[in-house]
Amino acid sequence: MLPRVLDKRSFRSCVQALLAGHSVVGPMAKGDKFVFDEIASPDELRMDYPISLLGPRKYFFPQSEAVLRYKMGDGIAIEPTALPTQPRVVLGVHPCDMAAVYLLDAVFAKDQVDPVYKARRANAVAVGLDCKKPCDDYQFCLDMGSLSRREGYDLFLTDLGDRYFVEIVTERGKALLDGATRDARPAASDDFAARQEIEEQKARNFRHKLPFDVKYLPEILDESYDSLIWEAIARRCFACGSCNITCPTCYCFDVQDEIALDLKTVTRTRRWDSCQLHEFAKVATGENFRERRSDRLRHRMFRKGKYILEDYGRMGCVGCGRCDRVCVAKISGVETYNQIAGNR
Amino acid sequence: MSTTFTTQTTGAAVAESPFAPRLARIVATEQFTPKEKWFRLVFNDGQPLGHPPMAFVQVTVFGIGEAPISVCSSPTREPAFELCVRAVGSVTNAMHKLGVGETLGIRGPFGNGFKADAHRGRDFLFVAGGLGLAPARSLIQYVLDRRRDFGRTTILVGARTPGDLLFQNDLKEWQSRPDVDTHVTVDRPAEGWTGNVGVITTLFKKVKINPSATMAVIIGPPIMFKFAVLEALAAGIPETRCICSLERRMKCGLGWCGHCQIRGVYVCKEGPVFTYEQVKRLREGI
Repeated sequence: MLPRVLDKRSFRSCVQALLAGHSVVGPMAKGDKFVFDEIASPDELRMDYPISLLGPRKYFFPQSEAVLRYKMGDGIAIEPTALPTQPRVVLGVHPCDMAAVYLLDAVFAKDQVDPVYKARRANAVAVGLDCKKPCDDYQFCLDMGSLSRREGYDLFLTDLGDRYFVEIVTERGKALLDGATRDARPAASDDFAARQEIEEQKARNFRHKLPFDVKYLPEILDESYDSLIWEAIARRCFACGSCNITCPTCYCFDVQDEIALDLKTVTRTRRWDSCQLHEFAKVATGENFRERRSDRLRHRMFRKGKYILEDYGRMGCVGCGRCDRVCVAKISGVETYNQIAGNR
Repeated sequence: MSTTFTTQTTGAAVAESPFAPRLARIVATEQFTPKEKWFRLVFNDGQPLGHPPMAFVQVTVFGIGEAPISVCSSPTREPAFELCVRAVGSVTNAMHKLGVGETLGIRGPFGNGFKADAHRGRDFLFVAGGLGLAPARSLIQYVLDRRRDFGRTTILVGARTPGDLLFQNDLKEWQSRPDVDTHVTVDRPAEGWTGNVGVITTLFKKVKINPSATMAVIIGPPIMFKFAVLEALAAGIPETRCICSLERRMKCGLGWCGHCQIRGVYVCKEGPVFTYEQVKRLREGI
């Protein structure tokens, strides 16, 4: 579908219009950092944000959610699972985060469809926002191929200064735009030219951080499997799991039944979990199959650089750099990948 | 401009959750040891579990939670199915307090199981240590219930002490059958024990194995697995015909939660049954 252009004042009233019928989520300031949160007014939006602490993953796959409810009484009554119905617009999603959601889409529909994920996803329109320059020194999205991906979005915005260049990716995106504004005019040649200029700027602004094409990463990881490198890096690891919590592609979870104070109503809840925690691969008979921090660190790096790619054909790491940014031990994914490549 | 516009919500408002168990009733129990209890269950709706040998289920103790448990009975014994549960965590300890007539939740069957019919005519050598006898038993029963489909059947069972031996009625039955060669050993004898003493691998010299026809099913603690595989390989059985079942703490059974992952492999989907040839390459398996 042909792109449109929306000046920034019209964008503001467009968001205002969306607020009437949707939960609108977007980047907001929090101290000197940024977060994705529900906005009450277009003025809260910070479309100039470099990167958010957590990606918008939580609006597709919440940190904690009920997967089942049942009641205990004379018998056991298992309730049908209520599906999320809230229409939502997730605004200002950067390419790395959208690539991550696109992976989650594949994960929760692989052999078994997760009806709750599917419903929430179906109700959420994703509006992307291009990155003109690297958010900081941690990102390596260019290497991971997420910077230029266009899957998963419904609309995709590029900031042209006084206006947005609006790429219409899906019919649903078009309907959203048409419903919320009449001011989106067809893109003219100077808009295309300005968009092209941004592409060229991007090519100058983003530099590769890996000395090899990412398609070789699975093999490079394989050759490092028995290396002491994992033990060397894991010496610094506190096994705190911050890398997993901030990772936009992590989808491992724990499941717990929680009983209410009436001792009858039970909610089966799944919560984000971390493969870096000591108990993660422990079994009932006491064996722990990833007992050492180095085993768990290696597992995470292999997940992100190899296993997920082999399972889904999509990178498990989108190069957002969040795990590196939050690591108190200053363990870095991109540095690790560089180091193992250098060791060969 | 203040247009009101709502994105059309899609799909039904409710759905069946993949986390929803089916209700099953406990119809028999036996306390095998202070730590291990056996349960026979039937679904309230009378439907069979529909599992292959060596599959597992997720068992819900309502109000407590869920745990993955191997099915210890063969599909040839349906519609009932059986579980042998060691009390180690909150769910299994709560399960031990339940008796006949009480209700459990069951999700599954999960896992690849063992496709026994693809191995008709083969000899079977079972090597089961401790609680490993539970998953092994589902296949032992299957082989014995279709006795003519399979060749020579040898069962080696090991436990720490005579008091730790599980399925003692089955052991007696198998030992009394002329068409099954059953040997039992304990690591440490107790008063009155007249049987074998020693680790399970010491039983290998008591049995005849035709390596070109034999499928070795080796299930037990990781340390036992290593030594038993060594014996099986030494007897000439190829790696592709040494089968094991791996224990992992699955939280979902659906290929998502990540807890059962061995490198890139989800044990809940691709396992729990693997050949030694696969386990060897997985590296983190045992």
